[in-house]
Amino acid sequence: MGIRREGMAEFRGGGRSVKTSKPFKRPIGRLQIDQESVAECRSLASEISAPIEELARTHTTVSIERACLRFAGVDGVEGEGVEAAPIPNRVVEEIARTVGLERGVLIPFFHAVDATGGDVQGAAEAISSGDLVPAWPEGDDYERARAGAEAAGESAVATIAAAKESRDGAIGRVGDATKPWLYLIVATGNIHEDIPQAQAAAREGADVIAVIRSTGQSLLDYVPYGPTTDGFAGTFATQENFRLMRTALDEVGEELGRYIRLTNYASGLCMPEIAALAAMERLDMMLNDCMYGIIFRDINMQRTFIDQHFSRMVHSLAGIVINTGEDNYLTTADAVDSAHSVLASQFLNERLALSAGLPEEQQGLGHAFEIDPDVPNQVALEIAHAQLIRECFPNAPLKYMPPTKHMTGNIFRGYLNDGMFNLVGALTGQDIILLGMMTEGIHTPFLSDRDLAIENANYVFGGSIALAGELRFEPGGDVERRANQVLEETRLMLAKVAEIGMFAAIEAGMFADTVRTRTGGKGLSGVVRRADAYVNPVADLLGQSLGVT
Amino acid sequence: MAAIRPYGDATDDGLIQLSFTLPIAESERAKQAALEFAKKMDLGRPQVVHMKAMGPDFTFFILYGASPHSVDPEDLVVVEREFPVLSYQEVNRVLRESLKRQLVVVGACTGTDAHTVGLDAILSMKGFAGDHGLEYFPEMRVVNMGSQVDPADIVETVRHHEADAVLVSQVVTQRDAHIAHLREVRAALAEAGLREGLILVGGGPRFNPEQAAELGYDRIFGRGTKPSEVASYLTFAVTRTLG
Repeated sequence: MGIRREGMAEFRGGGRSVKTSKPFKRPIGRLQIDQESVAECRSLASEISAPIEELARTHTTVSIERACLRFAGVDGVEGEGVEAAPIPNRVVEEIARTVGLERGVLIPFFHAVDATGGDVQGAAEAISSGDLVPAWPEGDDYERARAGAEAAGESAVATIAAAKESRDGAIGRVGDATKPWLYLIVATGNIHEDIPQAQAAAREGADVIAVIRSTGQSLLDYVPYGPTTDGFAGTFATQENFRLMRTALDEVGEELGRYIRLTNYASGLCMPEIAALAAMERLDMMLNDCMYGIIFRDINMQRTFIDQHFSRMVHSLAGIVINTGEDNYLTTADAVDSAHSVLASQFLNERLALSAGLPEEQQGLGHAFEIDPDVPNQVALEIAHAQLIRECFPNAPLKYMPPTKHMTGNIFRGYLNDGMFNLVGALTGQDIILLGMMTEGIHTPFLSDRDLAIENANYVFGGSIALAGELRFEPGGDVERRANQVLEETRLMLAKVAEIGMFAAIEAGMFADTVRTRTGGKGLSGVVRRADAYVNPVADLLGQSLGVT
Repeated sequence: MAAIRPYGDATDDGLIQLSFTLPIAESERAKQAALEFAKKMDLGRPQVVHMKAMGPDFTFFILYGASPHSVDPEDLVVVEREFPVLSYQEVNRVLRESLKRQLVVVGACTGTDAHTVGLDAILSMKGFAGDHGLEYFPEMRVVNMGSQVDPADIVETVRHHEADAVLVSQVVTQRDAHIAHLREVRAALAEAGLREGLILVGGGPRFNPEQAAELGYDRIFGRGTKPSEVASYLTFAVTRTLG
């Protein structure tokens, strides 16, 4: 009875949930879509992105400068409790106040290091406390500061590259998870509670653990410090919390015989710094979108565009897979009417990732199963959207998000909706599956909700993944027609954005019907135009190592 | 009406289904613990139909049992909806005839909450659960301020647009932040002298209508509220104000 066990793909250790008769393979070329239109979308995305790339090349932000200081070894806080100010923030503030930021912080900072006998943290603390007033060095002093900054740049690049090596080593040692990767969220607010929950989730079958951040962290212009226990609907992203969770997941990964990936959020006002901390603590995937903060968090568009570029360079070299946030376009608008806004954003995210040296293999482009289940043909429409995206981005580890908006409180129907989501994910070869919870929108998931979600995914993927390799869509049929319609709407939208320019398009509310202005939103005061004398060996060497000019 | 009991497949069988997790490893003892727990809930003939280990330390159960309890709905004190639910046409007609101009509605999510899903469900053209949002009503003008709005900005917007009603939404909350945020908005409006004559409405999945008085709001809407209910309430409230 049933499938012969010998035919099953090898899965190591305990807790592996998705048992499939065939290895995961992305179904490509199953749906006839207009390839010329795809090429045109890409070329429009390049055109749209050019001014953003130029903006990123010619500007810096306080968070980029702080990230560079962190790479140089600056850490810690001044003061205690809620009054505590991170030293990287204090140093950037003091340098901004005294010499300005338009030439970067690294030269004045390493001048201070020079003056304190080569003590990086000591210099930072002295600047922070006011004992040492930063100055722009000249002559030999400049050369020595420059040499210090160059060395910091080299060590930063080595640190970031070491994250990838360390991950590859760990995967080689304990074994990798088979795809699709099941992605589960923990969100207790307390890192010490998160850890046993994350370990339990891994034992139940999760391959990826995401620690949701505390509500509102994206709007903080600093990264909190140390282990934290008091987040709101999520846990603060701090270097220490990253380290504690990494250690815990490595531990459980050894036990289970598969590497458990850790995810957090490089978004909001501290995108570059969080990316830096993620590289230092070997996180594996980071939520990182070129526009999410602008549209959904009202962060200034210039700030976001500049920050995302730097953060993506870090992610690239660290081997971190980014997850983009296109699912948000569907949770705030109708999933049928707005399907093209997802694809348009994916083309832009792809372009801006490539221009930051982040390869397709690390672009976890996001989308979601959010069509109202009462819409006729809902599942067919979802298949059309998911397969279209699969065809457009054959090398990307796509991240598929489960239904949330139409989960009604009828948990029985919700469980079925999640099953259909899993089925569409299996048929269209989605790489990263964020597991749907039948209690979505009711409460933070019970232990049993997570286990049932994994059981659901296990059944559906196990029972249907082989179909992904067999399925072809009827030429001229509903699915193909719908996919090409969305593609055409995407092309038209990108053409319109290209015509007026990205900044004007956002100002005109073309993304998610949300109007954002060039100088509005949070964080503009942290944007600085680079002077000709701007020096930043961390960014330069990072760019060079990635072939980014 | 007589007292009633749950209906499984026959009148008064009292059958209910439960699912829960106990912090004990899966075992016969765990199963007996689940049954004993059901008995302590007064369930008769409890049956564990499913038992599954949730890791080494927990066990999940699905259980059926018959409840001996009954309720008489007539004995209950229920806050009935104080306003009639009107159709789309009726809302527009009543507003047109009584107000002789558009009803101006300002909506916002306040505090750190960036989740506009509830607000948008009520306001946006698309609406929610088959109901169009307030933007769809030609006799209403909607100013959707989005998320993380300061109370001071709400005051400013109310003044600028001469709003008739303000909707404040809170979705994600912890430690009663949703209650504090609603109070801040009311306080800011009161301080600006705008509370009188303004229809102040709060909403979100953690609220219930009984909280209106303690929050100083005219109406609170809870989970599952449809835009048509809010539209009907606003119509009811504004015509009541007009006398």
